Amino acid sequence: MDQDPIGHKPEHPPGQSVWPIGFAIGIACVLVGLVISWWVVAIGGAIALVFGALWLSDLSGHPILPAASAEPEPAPGPSGARHEAPPETSRTGFLAFATLGLGGLIGALITIPPLFLAMIPPFLKQSKKPVDLGPLSLYPLNEWRIVTFRLVAGEGPVWNRTAYIRYNGPVKGGVPSFTIISNRCAHLGCPVQPLGLVQQSQSKDISSVTHEPVKVTPVIAVSGFSCPCHGGAYDTEGNRTAGPPVRALDRFQFSIVKGRLVLGKMYSVAHVDGTGAEAEIHTHKLFGPGQHVDGWEQIFYPFTPPS
Amino acid sequence: MAATRPPVSGRQKVEAVVLYPLDWLEERSGLVGAVKYFLFRKVPGDVNWFQTLGSATLTAFIVQAITGVVLAMYYKPDPNSAYESIRHITNDVTLGWLVRGMHRWGASLFIILMFFHMARVFLFGAYKYPRELNWIIGVLLLILGMLEGFTGYLLPWDQTAYWATVVGINLNGTGPIVGPFLSYILRGGSEIGPDTLARYYSIHMLIIPGAIIGLIVLHLYLVIRLGVTSPPWSKSAAGAPWIEEEDEEGPARKGLVQPAPRGGAAK
Repeated sequence: MDQDPIGHKPEHPPGQSVWPIGFAIGIACVLVGLVISWWVVAIGGAIALVFGALWLSDLSGHPILPAASAEPEPAPGPSGARHEAPPETSRTGFLAFATLGLGGLIGALITIPPLFLAMIPPFLKQSKKPVDLGPLSLYPLNEWRIVTFRLVAGEGPVWNRTAYIRYNGPVKGGVPSFTIISNRCAHLGCPVQPLGLVQQSQSKDISSVTHEPVKVTPVIAVSGFSCPCHGGAYDTEGNRTAGPPVRALDRFQFSIVKGRLVLGKMYSVAHVDGTGAEAEIHTHKLFGPGQHVDGWEQIFYPFTPPS
Repeated sequence: MAATRPPVSGRQKVEAVVLYPLDWLEERSGLVGAVKYFLFRKVPGDVNWFQTLGSATLTAFIVQAITGVVLAMYYKPDPNSAYESIRHITNDVTLGWLVRGMHRWGASLFIILMFFHMARVFLFGAYKYPRELNWIIGVLLLILGMLEGFTGYLLPWDQTAYWATVVGINLNGTGPIVGPFLSYILRGGSEIGPDTLARYYSIHMLIIPGAIIGLIVLHLYLVIRLGVTSPPWSKSAAGAPWIEEEDEEGPARKGLVQPAPRGGAAK
């Protein structure tokens, strides 16, 4: 039937246009470009814009390219008058332009600062200072310690973080070697637990020495780490052995200052070859949990904000 | 003078007195007429209970808004006192347990009702021309509703809240290209800290509810303008009786009268 039951005649038959296909190709090109390269995005965007305009021109009944549709161009009816703008030079036109322009300017002026405050400070450098983890004597050779510390000095327990620390003995040149593994799971950031016996009764609070809350708890017979959330499992070097994590556990840089172990910045690790002091650590700059640092999937994460 | 007027019964006098404030309001704002139009507008004769799911969803949202505003009088969005303030609301404040319970269980109800409402619209074909835009607004409302769930989940600041939010943020962080930046914005920095909780509180009670209210107004405006759809099994075109009086130009263009769903039962 040609007519709606309610007497609403369609102005033109439903789209015979081929332009949506071109538009879809453009969008697909943009999405692929996001992964591959920025110039592919630009090409895709241009394709989508051109075909989008052609599609709209078809839908409006005034095709730019007559070849796209066999239908003859309809004569411009009275509907064309609806969109007629007042003459540019008229008083009304000027006042409308001035009102919109001034309104837009004021709107921008009052919107930009709050938007900036909401979006930009998270990316500005946060001053994180090295954390004193106490004298080296707290960390016996080849034993694991669970160390809970305060990431930001002088702040509340919301900044408590945990690392698993093992002293590997001195390497060549007499510099002590430490394995310091973050408890942040490389899957989605839950706290991994050591697979071993936690000696809770021998837990030491060394806050009086470090002047910031630091707790050191021995854990024996550690065979690896595992995450309670989704079952990610790691060996004692933090290499993934099972489950969903995409890389090894993150580690902390460290330094020895006046016989004290001092925690530095966190970094990401693809995987570790070897163990202890001889381990070869494939390091990367710090990425968030679940973000690949190696393998083909790393193309999804070309940028990461400074931490 | 009194003789020129027709006799007035006592009942009519009472009515006049009662209606006077409404007349006063109507004369100055037209609001009474608007509300009457909204409440007594024509709908297809064969609508059924499934078409009340939208109103049910709206009611659930209003419950969330009211209980949320009151809970905000007692809640403290600070890592050192958030959990304690929730405990205080639940155990100490008179009826605090009830209002918090309404907000907590109402949250799930709101989401569930949104899905039921969406299923009704989908199965009735009510998303078709000319109501596509209202479907799109509905999808935005669904997304905003789920964001409310995500941000509200952190506020009790217990272990479940904290780690669920850690996982939720990092899940967003795995999105290609923009993921890492998205997680920073959600977290308010590279690490979860005091700012994260305050940020979620602000998003949960100011930004998203504002957006939801705006979109609900649009959603309802379109429902009123385009009318309610008949069920797919309807024998008649939607709202048929008064359509014949309309002119050729198409009643849909004038608004307020609904066209039949395309490809529906109206053949």
